[in-house]
Amino acid sequence: MTLLRHTPKEITERKALAINPAKTCQPIGAMYAALGIHGCLPHSHGSQGCCAYHRSTLTRHYKEPISAATSSFTEGASVFGGQANLLQAANNIFSVYEPEVIAVHTTCLSETIGDDLKQIITKARKDGKIPEGKEMLGASTPSYVGSHVTGFSNMVKSMVSTFAKNTNERNGKVNIIPGWVEPADMEEVKRIAAMMGVDITLFPDTSGVLNGPLSGEYRMFPEGGVTIEELKDSGNAIGTMALGEWCSADAARWLDSNCKVPCTVLDMPFGLKATDRFVDTLRVIAGTSVPDSLAHERGQLVDMISDMHQYTFGKKVAIWGDPDQLISMCEFLVSMDMWPVHVVTGTPGKRFEARIREITKDLPFDINVKAGGDMFLLHQWIKNEPVDLLIGNSYGKYIARDEDTPLIRWGFPILDRVGHQYFPTLGYKGGLRLLEKMLNAILDRKDRDDPEETFELVL
Amino acid sequence: MHGPVGCAAYTWDIRGALSSGRELHRLSFTTDLREKDIIFGGEPKLEAALMELIERHEPKAAFVYSTCIVGLIGDDLEAVCRKVADKTGIPVLPVQSEGFKGSKREGYLAACNAMFRLVGTADVSDIPELSVNIFGDFNIAGETWIIKEYLERMGLTVVASVTGDGRVDDLRRSHGASLNMVQCSGATLDLAKMIEEKYGKPHCRVSWLGIEDMADSLYKVAEFFADKDPEIMARTTELVRSELEGILPGLARYRKDLEGKKAAVYVGGAFKAFSLIKSFRHLGMEVAVVGSQTGTAEDYAELAEVTDPGTIIVDDANPLELQEFIKEKDVDVFVGGVKERPIAFKLGVGFCDHNHERKIPLEGFVGMLNFAKEVHASVMSPVWNFVPRREKRHRNAGKECSHDR
Ligand code: SF4
Ligand code: SF4
Repeated sequence: MTLLRHTPKEITERKALAINPAKTCQPIGAMYAALGIHGCLPHSHGSQGCCAYHRSTLTRHYKEPISAATSSFTEGASVFGGQANLLQAANNIFSVYEPEVIAVHTTCLSETIGDDLKQIITKARKDGKIPEGKEMLGASTPSYVGSHVTGFSNMVKSMVSTFAKNTNERNGKVNIIPGWVEPADMEEVKRIAAMMGVDITLFPDTSGVLNGPLSGEYRMFPEGGVTIEELKDSGNAIGTMALGEWCSADAARWLDSNCKVPCTVLDMPFGLKATDRFVDTLRVIAGTSVPDSLAHERGQLVDMISDMHQYTFGKKVAIWGDPDQLISMCEFLVSMDMWPVHVVTGTPGKRFEARIREITKDLPFDINVKAGGDMFLLHQWIKNEPVDLLIGNSYGKYIARDEDTPLIRWGFPILDRVGHQYFPTLGYKGGLRLLEKMLNAILDRKDRDDPEETFELVL
Repeated sequence: MHGPVGCAAYTWDIRGALSSGRELHRLSFTTDLREKDIIFGGEPKLEAALMELIERHEPKAAFVYSTCIVGLIGDDLEAVCRKVADKTGIPVLPVQSEGFKGSKREGYLAACNAMFRLVGTADVSDIPELSVNIFGDFNIAGETWIIKEYLERMGLTVVASVTGDGRVDDLRRSHGASLNMVQCSGATLDLAKMIEEKYGKPHCRVSWLGIEDMADSLYKVAEFFADKDPEIMARTTELVRSELEGILPGLARYRKDLEGKKAAVYVGGAFKAFSLIKSFRHLGMEVAVVGSQTGTAEDYAELAEVTDPGTIIVDDANPLELQEFIKEKDVDVFVGGVKERPIAFKLGVGFCDHNHERKIPLEGFVGMLNFAKEVHASVMSPVWNFVPRREKRHRNAGKECSHDR
């Protein structure tokens, strides 16, 4: 018996029905982004259920307590609007939990009712619901548009549009917007920048918030996160690097047009080439050079790629997840002579498909790529054209089991493994880790499946 | 799931409610409403989605869940369901479960209303007198199967289990069972009442958690059937005796280590809290902090009665308050749900999942032993030796934590 035996091989077009979604809704992205602000309590403006789901899902992925509040809509609020609920909630939250800042996002419900966060927050300030020195920001995150990635991007954009000011004093820093990556990856961005001697403002920054130690204390607001001061000052930076068009570009462009901070939109630095571009751009903006220590790390990655090429060459891979990650992963795979044959993101957008086709255009065949797809479609593709390796979030485990194909968990959410909180996959070191994982999966499988005569000690 | 993608994505296969059937419930189906559906209505999409699904999977019935937004844009779920039912010939049942309409409780009621439409639609002539329904159990980690086995050993036929490992065909005949046993979580109490009202079949409240509640529940059921089957009491007594015999030595072993340790309990329904307090007593442990999210005033009064003086009783506490109580009482293990787990661990306190995400059965007699084993494993874990707050205490105790399997 296999779990997904309900997946038929024949593919028929589906317009009205999504099966096993490869995306989720905007607010969870906004919630994750908000957790990357120091002392921030995310607030879900809608019914209780939504907030409970977002918190539980983030908890399962990060294995950390996730604090968030909700406006707890009832039938009344859904008729008369949720302004009263939000004002009341703000008041309570500031007095009970004492956050530095509340980051409000909407839900399907408050969006459809037509609640205007900007106006409600202005009113909250006027009515004295926001204590002196405290802040409140809001992002509109209707889930029937885009996906969780859109929600992330909207909240990040609100961070700059709410706080950033150009006060005509360039601060010599570079803004880096890392996009929806793990806390460990954010830490890695900071490590690389420090190696290069560049002073950066990273936002959001969930490192130190969602990968904390066991301290014997539960702290609602741990050490980490970008501060409001830093966000204000981001308008004075010498440049902004947005990692990922989908996650980060909007905020960077806002800073460019409103604060005259020039922006560069890059792919997320996963894999060799994307990390090269990241390092090079940072070098140029900050006017520094690449230190030997970093060149050394790069050399190690190139070394491992060449050493192991015989095992990566021609391996077929299916990948799914979020657009920015997939673009970089796809490029990384192609650069190692691996073949990403099926690529699915749940996030809609034709640009994504074009980009993936561009990256894979020199492969000896046409690949399958879909924006706005789901896991059911991916599984059908795999049934028609099997692969050697699966790379994506935990939702691929059904396919992995059904097709007996190794799975590397990478992306969001990971509900059944740990490590992503602590070990980066970004940058050169992260590239090494990704490659190690791929090789382990491929070689474990080879050792398991090789007949006795060809089973070898040395690989 | 009729709504935007999130509502369906978050509920996709997150419950360990096991099924001996087709596992279709482990897929996630949604209309993934987009902006234009919100403006122009989602009915056509829902109809097309249902037609496609029913054609492909040929289910015995379909349940359609409405989310907040559907309530708001005014899709006529009832009409779409009726239309699809006519076309496909299977029952298509709307569950009016918009989140803003109320808490989980209202959601349960919506589900009961939908299920009740199936009840009474199949022949019950072959159902024996000695028959029951298991209500309010979700077969987490296979728990319903354990209970079912006990009942069968008592000589009873289980007609339907709702909803754990439930079947549409069984539900249709569930009005034929002589007694509905309702686990006190309240989820299916409404359904039992509806059946009682329309078909005159009584219900009784039961709990399958902990030794006393488990035994009491079985005796209660046996008593109900005693005049029809004079032997049933003897069989039940024998069952309880032999089950207890199987677990008591194990419990005693765990108790040796756990004697005098303290627990905090923070669960959804109050019924669970009661069972847990008794269970911890069997392990020689004291429940120093107890609370629930949905308890009523009477529940709290009753909690105060059954707990030791000095026990902190909390009503819907926030995490900061929970932390204070846990520290104040210096508890050794915390029993709660998914959101409390990381909080307990941050504090360096053991944890036992007593919610829908538990991976081992905690119901039945064997469940009590499992519970003891899990509490023991967590409380006695050597990792607590490395937790700042506890280091001293363990050193003073002069005794290394040990595992006993
Ligand atoms: S899709 Fe909309 S309604 Fe559903 S959980 Fe997300 S925000 Fe809430
Ligand atoms: S939209 Fe409503 S039904 Fe969906 S998760 Fe939120 S509260 Fe629940």
